[in-house]
This record gives sequence, C-alpha cells and structure tokens, in this order.
Amino acid sequence: MQYLLLICGDESAAENADEGCGGWTEEMTERGLLRVTGGLRPPAEARTVRVRRRQLLLSDGPFAETKEQIAGLVILECADLDEAVEAAARHPAASYGTIEVRPMRP
Amino acid sequence: MSTDAVRAAVDEAFRDEWGRVVATLIRTTGDWDLAEECAQDAFAMALQRWPRDGIPGRPGAWLTTAARNRAIDVLRRKAVGAAKLREVAAMSDSPSGPALDDDPSGVPDDRLRLMFTCCHPALSLEARVALTLRTLAGLTTAEIARAFLSSEPTMAKRLVRAKQKIQNAGIPYRVPPAHLLPDRTPGVLGVLYLLFNEGYSATAGADLVRQNLSAEAIRLARVLATLMPDEAEAGGLLALMLLHDARRSARLDASGDLVTLEDQDRSSWDRASISEGVSVLESALRRGRPGPYQIQAAIAACHATAAAAGDTDWAQIAGLYEQLARFLPTPVVELNHAVAVGMAFGPEAALPLVAALEGAGQLAGYHLLPATRADLLRRLGRSSEAAHAYREALELASTDAERRFLARRLAETSI
Repeated sequence: MQYLLLICGDESAAENADEGCGGWTEEMTERGLLRVTGGLRPPAEARTVRVRRRQLLLSDGPFAETKEQIAGLVILECADLDEAVEAAARHPAASYGTIEVRPMRP
Repeated sequence: MSTDAVRAAVDEAFRDEWGRVVATLIRTTGDWDLAEECAQDAFAMALQRWPRDGIPGRPGAWLTTAARNRAIDVLRRKAVGAAKLREVAAMSDSPSGPALDDDPSGVPDDRLRLMFTCCHPALSLEARVALTLRTLAGLTTAEIARAFLSSEPTMAKRLVRAKQKIQNAGIPYRVPPAHLLPDRTPGVLGVLYLLFNEGYSATAGADLVRQNLSAEAIRLARVLATLMPDEAEAGGLLALMLLHDARRSARLDASGDLVTLEDQDRSSWDRASISEGVSVLESALRRGRPGPYQIQAAIAACHATAAAAGDTDWAQIAGLYEQLARFLPTPVVELNHAVAVGMAFGPEAALPLVAALEGAGQLAGYHLLPATRADLLRRLGRSSEAAHAYREALELASTDAERRFLARRLAETSI
C-alpha cells in the first residue's frame, strides 16, 4: 500500500529542511520503500488557485492559514500502516515538526 | 438427541468458538463481513445438522470447516479468482504464525491477531470496544448498542467505519512483532478492562446485556492469558477480574444500596473464583515482571482472602498502593494509598496524606476525597468536623446509592 507522509512544521521547520534528512532517504531507498520525495519552498512563495463561477481567483500564500505548514512530502510503499508509521517516526522532522501519515487510495 | 441438548451445545460452542471461527476466516479471506456472515451460517447449520448427526467431537473444527466451505461457495458465486479460492480452501493446512497453534484439532487459533487488530491504536477507543465485542465475543450490533446506551444504527455505522479503516488504512492483521508488543499489549488489556468495568458497574436493575460484559471480558482475558503465557500482565488482568467478580453479588444489598467491603457478607463471595484468581495471580507474579494489573490484583487478593474485614492485611495493601503509584501516578491511587495507611497505621497517619491531595487540587469535585477525610475524622471522634466533610461529600456524590450511604454515615455522626 502507498502512504503519503506530509511533513509539517512552523517556519523553523523550513529552515531545518535544508539540513537534509540525515540518512533517512538513503535508508528508505535501501529498504525499497521510497517512491517519491520532495522538499517544498516556504509557504510565502505559494500561489493559491480557485475557480468559482468560471472566475479564476488567485491569492498569495498557502491555502490554510495555520502556523503549521507543509514543508515536504514523501510517498512510501509499505506493507501496512505499522510500517508506514515506523518509517515516519524515524524521519528527522518527526522530532521537531509533525508528520501526517495518509493512506492513499489504490 | 434432544433439541434442548443440541441448543445447549450450540450455545456453548458459540461462546467458546465464535471468535476463533471469525478470526480464522478473516485471516484466510481478508474480508471481515464475509467472515462474520459465514460464521453465522455455520452456527445456523449446526442447529440443523447436530440433532440429526450428533454433536461433533470437536465442535470448533466442525464449525470452522462449515464456515470455510460457506466462504468458498460465496466467493465462487462472486466469481473470485482461482488463486484466492485455493488459498481459502487450503486454509486449515496453512501455518498460523509462531506459537499460536495450541489447538490439537489442527485448527489454528487466530484470536490473538484478531484481538491486536481490533485494539489497534489507529482506531478510536469506541471502535476498539465495539469491534472486540462483535468479532471476538459475537455480540450482535443491537446488543452492543444497548450495552453502551447507543442506538443500533449508530453502532452499526461505527462498526462499518472501523472495518473500513482497517481495510483502507492498511491496519495489519497480525500479532505485532516483539519490539512493538510492549507498546501494544497495554492497549488490548485496556479494552478488556474497560469492558469488565462497564459490566461490573452496571447495577442489578440495569440491563442484563450490560452485566454480561463482565463475563465476556473475563472470557476474553482468559483467552489472552492462555495465548500469551509469557505476558505477566495478561495473567494479572485475568486475576484482577476474577477477584473483583467474586464479590459481585455482595456489593449491593436487597434495596440496591452499596455495601462497603467491610460490611459485605463474605460467605456470599464466590470461593472458586477467588481461588482461581489467586492462583492465576501467583503464576503471573512468578514471572518477576510486576505491572499495574498484577499489583491491583494483589490488592484485591488481600481483601478476598481475609476471613473477616478485621483480618485484612492493611499494611501490605498500603505497600502495594505505594508500588502501584509508581506505575500509575494518579491522585486516585494516592487517595487509596491514604485510605490503606489510615487502616494500617491509624487515622492520624492518613490525614496529612489526604490534606496534601486536597492541597494539590486535582481531585476537586471528587466526592470520595471529602468522604475519606470524613471517615478518618469520624474514627478520631472529631464528630463535627466529620459531619461537615460528609455534607461536602454528599453534595458531590453522583449516584443515589452513594448518596444514601453518605447520608447514613452523616446521620450516625450527628447522633
């Protein structure tokens, strides 16, 4: 099954993002779990797009006005939820931010 | 073969085998609803066949085979692929994982993995409880709804969602690997203890289904303790339940009033349950890995084995509460410790402990705190202070039985 790991944190998490993943990516690749990985530029650089009544509505910044923002994402192929949770817990961002583990539709 | 005898045999098989049949079918088909349906069909078939053919020597094996054949029929009609069919057909030969195959009938026991899956931390506590009762204990959705004072559609929805989550989130159907067990086992024990307490706190007037929860919890705890012989806390939990349950009928008097341990008719305690509880506890303690359930069971054993209230070994109980506070550092445990100290070493020794708890403020609004202080003051002969504390407790008490008890004590103090 595939799981999306949304790596969330406040602005400082974005700074941490430059430090890399301390061997996590390599470990997940070696275990054959890693499908997709990507770090994100800070939310201030986001454009949010909506179309309502055929009108294009554009705004600056992220969709959700929260302190916690998505800093990166990973897609893992895991046997089950336990394996995905265990992998997320080993990610360095888990120790300073939050990682949401979302099962993906098949 | 009389119909009554067959009925009784099927009922007994239902209690003993339902969870095992469902658990095995879930493993082989991967389909929770199908597993329940086929288990139900197998029991219905037993009611038809057993009067004619006689009760089989191994009812569990008979029922599992019947349920499996039913599953093959259903899957065939749904035109499921040949590979899956072969898998289901071959299921009685497939390995069931390490050390689980304790049954000489050759039907592997999958109940342990079912317990761990039902109690997976990704499910809400309500969902864990409902799933456990449905799939392991075989209660109907209507019965579970009644036991938790909820409507049947609400409970049905809860069960459907929980099963969907297991499927969609990829919650594994297995006993967790060794490194996860210390994290996961308390979750399973916690669900069983919750079930027990729901049933135990139901009074005589309450719904019978609710009271039966205790019996179901004991049955499941017995299965767990058997399947996890190295898990000392599983034995501790079973012992705790047995020792509490032994006093069930003595807890309330004819009018439904609470009878304190001190005043209970000890001859009405269930001796068989007490001696089983004590021996289960002893073998758990021999493993040398104490935990909160074993310690609580040891406390219950001190009470249960005292011939009269006056013979209770309060000094040992006080020591056990001190140990318990290390595992469960909660103010309620501290309060119980204070009560035991008061009994073992006199009310003067306990008053400062109660005062400290009042100072900490965490138990504000909990009627047993002023009730405990009232009792200590009463025993010291400080009647007017005691009466004041009883009144305070009376205002906070939430059940009629408790209020009546406190009012009686208040009246005695005021004389």
